[in-house]
Amino acid sequence: MGESRKISLSVNGKTYEEEVEVRFTLADFLRQQLGLTGTHLGCEHGVCGACTILLNGRSARSCLMLAVQADGQEITTIEGIAPSEDEMHPLQEAFRDNHGLQCGFCTPGMLTTLIEFLGDNPDPTEQEVREAISGNLCRCTGYQGIVAAALDAAQRLREANGA
Amino acid sequence: MSGWKVFGSRAKRLEDPALLTGQGRFVDDIILPEMVHAAFVRSPHGHAKILGIDKEAALSIAGVYGVFTLEDLRPFLNNERLVVGLPSPSYKQELDRPALADDEVVYVGEPVAIVVADTRYIAEDAAAMVDVDYDILPAVSDCRAALEEGAPLAHSSSPHNILAQFDMGYGAVDSVFESASHKFSESMWQHRGGSQSIECRGAVSIYDPVEELVTLYSATQAAHTAKNILIDMLGLNETQIRVIIPDVGGGFGPKLVFYQEDVSVVLAAKILGRPVKWAEDRREHFISTTQERDQFWEVEIAVDDDGKILGLRGSMIHDHGAYTARGINLAFNSALIVSLPYDVPCYYMDVVLALTNKVPVTPVRGAGHPQGIFVMERLLDRAARELGIDRAEIRRRNLIPSEELPYTKGLKTRGDAPVVLDSGDYLACMEDAMERIDFVGFPERQEQALKEGRYIGVGLANYVKGTGRGPFETVTVRIGPSGKIMVYSGAAAMGQSTRTMLTQIVAEHLGGDMNNIEVVTGDSSVVAMGIGGSASRQTVTAGSSALLAAQEVRDKALKVAAHILEASEEDLEIEGGEIRVKGVPDLKVELGTVAHAVAGTPGFALPGGIEPGMESTQNFMIDDLTFVNGTAAVEVEVDPETGKVSFLKYVIVHDCGTVVNPMIVDGQVVGGTAHGIGNTLFEWMGYDETAQPITTNFAEYLLVSAPEMPHVELGHMESPTPLNPLGVKGVGECGVVPAPAAIISAVENALSPFEISIGQVPLRPPEIVEKIQDFKAANSQAG
Repeated sequence: MGESRKISLSVNGKTYEEEVEVRFTLADFLRQQLGLTGTHLGCEHGVCGACTILLNGRSARSCLMLAVQADGQEITTIEGIAPSEDEMHPLQEAFRDNHGLQCGFCTPGMLTTLIEFLGDNPDPTEQEVREAISGNLCRCTGYQGIVAAALDAAQRLREANGA
Repeated sequence: MSGWKVFGSRAKRLEDPALLTGQGRFVDDIILPEMVHAAFVRSPHGHAKILGIDKEAALSIAGVYGVFTLEDLRPFLNNERLVVGLPSPSYKQELDRPALADDEVVYVGEPVAIVVADTRYIAEDAAAMVDVDYDILPAVSDCRAALEEGAPLAHSSSPHNILAQFDMGYGAVDSVFESASHKFSESMWQHRGGSQSIECRGAVSIYDPVEELVTLYSATQAAHTAKNILIDMLGLNETQIRVIIPDVGGGFGPKLVFYQEDVSVVLAAKILGRPVKWAEDRREHFISTTQERDQFWEVEIAVDDDGKILGLRGSMIHDHGAYTARGINLAFNSALIVSLPYDVPCYYMDVVLALTNKVPVTPVRGAGHPQGIFVMERLLDRAARELGIDRAEIRRRNLIPSEELPYTKGLKTRGDAPVVLDSGDYLACMEDAMERIDFVGFPERQEQALKEGRYIGVGLANYVKGTGRGPFETVTVRIGPSGKIMVYSGAAAMGQSTRTMLTQIVAEHLGGDMNNIEVVTGDSSVVAMGIGGSASRQTVTAGSSALLAAQEVRDKALKVAAHILEASEEDLEIEGGEIRVKGVPDLKVELGTVAHAVAGTPGFALPGGIEPGMESTQNFMIDDLTFVNGTAAVEVEVDPETGKVSFLKYVIVHDCGTVVNPMIVDGQVVGGTAHGIGNTLFEWMGYDETAQPITTNFAEYLLVSAPEMPHVELGHMESPTPLNPLGVKGVGECGVVPAPAAIISAVENALSPFEISIGQVPLRPPEIVEKIQDFKAANSQAG
């Protein structure tokens, strides 16, 4: 084992106190140490976006951050998006209804990126959605189902919020 | 389709809930007690002799368990080579990959040693400390140069760089060309990159010394292929190896291949007695996962005054890479497909597969078909331009009319069966696509745009593609006493919704409740044989077997239920998990009870006189490919200053026969289209003259992202094929096949004021700008 530090952080609402190797990326820490393997690694150089998580509500590449940098921060991963075990988030529902995923490998990053985006822009145009996910690569869908899902989810969220 | 319960419906995918909530299980998600992690030492040279390997420094690092080279693996190997090539009489030499490099490395990225340690971090540290003494040899990078006199040899022990050579054709080509009034020849360079599935490859292996059982979890498209190669390499019997495919994050072809890393991980686990995991990183994917690359075509078309095709001939050089990791099929597909959608009276193509010091070439989604279609469509555009015939009109005059289907071509498949175009209406697809893009009204739009200083263009391309490659895919349908319907298949899922597809087919005949069905694919222990996911084949092959198996189980269940309910079979129906008498809802028996009744009770005869077990195993045999067809029509705008190509409209009208789930079909076609757009405008796998790869990350190698991707408008025709009981044709590769031809046609059309002709894929912005500048320079000189 190399040098390690103790960190304390909140992941999906749960507080963790963990000893972590200083060179571990946040992604490897989440996946290997906490067992939260829903966050995926597609390129490990910050381009594909599959590893995107929410860091204090803002999207961030967990492959480009060290775990120690997350000390004291609040993180949400794909495992923490749904409101309960029996219920999916409207964005997740919209992905299913609009065929927004095929192999599902890029999906965690798409969902986290879009949750942040729809929070900032609840009524986006198609082009705005495309720009929002321009940092997330998908090799299966051609993005069409993802864009449709995002627009559908935006509407569902607006309706749920009484807009 | 009317009258169906779930077949043909936009049923929600069964795969989705787990994948949407982070509960999928991809190979790198597998975490086992005592598991250790592997990294590979790889060749940094295109071609070199290995003079020695010093492991000492690597082994001295704390947390390192072993460094294994071919010499260390040799005692466990019955066969040191991965014998994977599809058979063909055209091979000039057999070059199968060794489990790890022996005394010569022949491409950058070739695995030389496997290093196993506590974490991947330590394994990678140690891999960097393995000191390999290389004597660098001349490398061959360009596949044309490989064939020149005096070229460096890709393998120092080879007599030459020709891996294989074949030709194909029919008709009196030479005499037709001799007398033809119009002949047009073109040189074309076509390049495709890698699959770049967002999940890279990976493997986890466990060795159980009690059962002497090897278990391999692999992100592969073919579990049984992996199992069979391991049986050969390790000299074990069929019960000693189990290959399981977990969730796979995209395959697109290269994951069909069995790799050196797979067998190395298996043996490392056996030697160390601990589970071993290897997760490929993206740079490794660029340099060590198979890819498609270059084809150089010299082709010529002969036409009469009306643009009617008289013949087509040419030659092609194909970059094969350093080893045979699949076969000659990619180049074969390219040469075979060229003439297929059209009435081409005579045809000849000569193909050479050249060895280069690069990672082996194997099919990527589309498997050589986009290249062949590109050749035909570009030649038709050229002929149309030269003869002053409209591009759609020349196609109309030459497409094979629907009334002539089935149409036997004068060509043979790789299995030596005649190529027969089975069904469809090619012309109707083209007319529909033209209408959707207003092809007829385009010249007016173009004229208007030019007045505004905008360069817009329209292009179209017709395609066919053989799908549903046989010979079979096993499916077992079984109802157990629990009443749950189990479906087992040798098929493999990597994102194509295989589970949902099989469920819809089986559910239709067994009660219609998709939630009562469990599908198990990609596990070599559940069915004895399997082919796996490739060539747009699984709905055709596994789907047909599933239909037949479900129907047989249904017949059995009704027979037994009739006995139990003392009713006539004709009066029974299956609804949800029950069999009941029509119109008498209280007279019913559960599927589980029916299954239990034929599970056997000692000393009692089975009811209804049927075979034991409520199950059926089917291997629907496929002899002939079924051909999908379609037309892509594209409108683009080209910025002459920056060379940027923007899509104004993208239409694809296609015919994949009977549709099991329209939502999934749409997703496959749009996804394939994105891959084709990437191939045409963005993706380039570059190597320098020493065969050193120079595009090894996503900044140097560009994939299409959402803003560049147009909304794709889809049109469907549905001509069921007579070749299988479902009437289905494959769809996974439909989108990619016509994309390069249609897009380049549109770009060329947009740039027609600059008299630019384009015979290459990919076409990137600097090349567009250069072509425009060349035209301007030539013109100003002339002026």
